[in-house]
Amino acid sequence: MENKYYDNHLGIKGWAIGGKFSIERYLYTLHRITGLGILFYFILHIFVTSTRVLGQEGWEKAMASVSAPLFRLGEFLVYFAFCFHALNGIRLILLELGFLVGKPIEPVYPYKTSVGKQRPVMIILMLIALIFILIGGYDFFLGGSK
Amino acid sequence: MKDTKLWTLHLFAGIVILFLLGLHMGIMHLDEILKIFNPAGGEGIDWQNVLARMKMLGFAIVYILLLGFALYHGFYGLNKIIGEANVKDKTRKFVSLVLTIFGFLLFVFGTYSAIAAKVVSVKW
Repeated sequence: MENKYYDNHLGIKGWAIGGKFSIERYLYTLHRITGLGILFYFILHIFVTSTRVLGQEGWEKAMASVSAPLFRLGEFLVYFAFCFHALNGIRLILLELGFLVGKPIEPVYPYKTSVGKQRPVMIILMLIALIFILIGGYDFFLGGSK
Repeated sequence: MKDTKLWTLHLFAGIVILFLLGLHMGIMHLDEILKIFNPAGGEGIDWQNVLARMKMLGFAIVYILLLGFALYHGFYGLNKIIGEANVKDKTRKFVSLVLTIFGFLLFVFGTYSAIAAKVVSVKW
């Protein structure tokens, strides 16, 4: 049986202008943007790192071609994207597997949601991502020989 | 393969990438702090460090695994994003096919590079 797709009228625009968003919705958008950035970098990375097969001269030539400050900043952005994408990905997997959702309960006013369980985990994971980003930033821009 | 299985594989690939890319990031981008798998000291991209890792069979295996899981995770995610845009069913299927072929070619190229690097590093 063929899959039926329904019109998603907002399309990609829905990432940003779908309505009154909670912070988790912005994380969803950022997860996709960082994912696309990492994928783009990864494709280039496969070609650049394959130059190690050419030996020292070929490798150093390739590294010299991507050592400008702009590339260095880009590299840090990829590191930033990885830290965020990985930690937010852990949150998404926990949710997908049913953790942090809670047991079904009667819809009795005042209604309870699972946001109370999910948000502290989100805050902790984002803080861990921030710590990794700060450590990486130190290594990238302040650490030793660079 | 059913989309539920592909989605589960996408999640599994994400977990594998978390560890393997975490290791790669630690070696290459936290080199000043962690100082692991960089026996010559200095930066992770210095040739002597690159050569030392090229000679380790474990690294060739890790690179190939990371390559495969990362390409699958990335291209499956991209395919899902394109699926969210308002594109026709035919276009969606065509794009899916193009991404699969492109991802496979990248995997072949990257695997060849990893194996060739291991083979030629013995001479250096």
